[in-house]
Amino acid sequence: MRHDRRAGVGFSRASSRPIVLVHTVIHCPRTLTAMPADLHEHARAAAHPAARPCPGCVTDTLADRPDATVVRHHRTVVKAHAPGTDPAALRARVAVAAALPDILLPPLDPAPVPLGGRLVTHWPLGRPVDPDDPDAAPWEDAATLTARLHRTPPPPGLPAMRGPGKAALAVARLAADAPGHPAVPALLGAWRALPPWARDEEPAPPGAVTALCHGDLHLGQLVRHPAPDGPWRLIDVDDLGVGVPAWDLARPASWYACGLLPAEEWQRFLRAYRAARGPAVPAEGDPWPTLDVPARALTVQTAARSVTKAALAGRPLDEAEEALVDACGRMVAPGGGPV
Amino acid sequence: MHCPKCHAPMHTYNRNGVQIEQCSGCRGIFLDYGELETLTRLEAQWAQPAPPAAPGAPAWGAPHAGHHGHGGHHRPHSFGRMLFSS
Repeated sequence: MRHDRRAGVGFSRASSRPIVLVHTVIHCPRTLTAMPADLHEHARAAAHPAARPCPGCVTDTLADRPDATVVRHHRTVVKAHAPGTDPAALRARVAVAAALPDILLPPLDPAPVPLGGRLVTHWPLGRPVDPDDPDAAPWEDAATLTARLHRTPPPPGLPAMRGPGKAALAVARLAADAPGHPAVPALLGAWRALPPWARDEEPAPPGAVTALCHGDLHLGQLVRHPAPDGPWRLIDVDDLGVGVPAWDLARPASWYACGLLPAEEWQRFLRAYRAARGPAVPAEGDPWPTLDVPARALTVQTAARSVTKAALAGRPLDEAEEALVDACGRMVAPGGGPV
Repeated sequence: MHCPKCHAPMHTYNRNGVQIEQCSGCRGIFLDYGELETLTRLEAQWAQPAPPAAPGAPAWGAPHAGHHGHGGHHRPHSFGRMLFSS
């Protein structure tokens, strides 16, 4: 087990001095991947393509996780994608970002390049949402960009959105890394009560609304570009693809349902999404018949990640994590079926 | 009409749509048949909180989902991290 840093980077508004925003996550040793040794050098070369000498700018590691390593040199960000990433799928996803620069942060180079056994992509530096000021979260921008993405016809050949697959992975890791945790029965019960498509066991049901989806929407997936005051854009296309668009609304829906996100902020997000004519939920009336399954899946996923992290760190669950586990417990009727 | 207690004249008032007679001398109140029940019902409606304007929430949601007020909301520390995590 070790600590590693997950980070975003940006410029403080007052000084335009680069700031790096870090928080700590815990990984099991077997999930660790080595950062390509020359990723920093690659970033430096990418930031200074004219072979001019580097004027002494700093290279930062923004994230080093099992699924991605992200480093930044000056105003260039390079991302080494997870080992085993399908090159054609990644190329198709990055091409969507290049084609939709008003919605997604466009890459500096549309072609992923191999480096040390990983695929690497190149992005301009943006300014992320300030994690220390979540009350300033741009809910309306997030909702409007998501609605516009959902209204864009997906290009032919784009792979499926990977949201259900990530939920299934979180539950598999829970079972492997924290099998004895007292929250596990409630989480697995809530997981089994979900329909097979939400557990990544079947494709989306026939007749379901499908659209071009982000697949992993949260407040860390928004940056201002150009930094520091440009318009908001969505980042991280690794999970982007065709799927049930309610999945992209399901994280804030889950946070609201679990009593974590105030109703006002959820309503701001939902109203802006509907105002931008997003297709995931009916234009008016109760959105929960559509949101219920994805919000349950995201609640189980987030709870599973939280319990796994807490178990590996040997610490108790905190208040927000308990709220997720409690919600999972309420998803299953006493007889064992869905509520 | 005169007050049955002090015999002073009574005046008619309208309170929330209910006609009541009040004595101009001892201030006593005379209610017709059914008016006490009507007033009791109106009082109960007045005392009940307004129906929540909160949006819908699923059956598995937290008991207080949607009822957090402005300003008083307590945001658990770890939720701040959750907002930014996959």
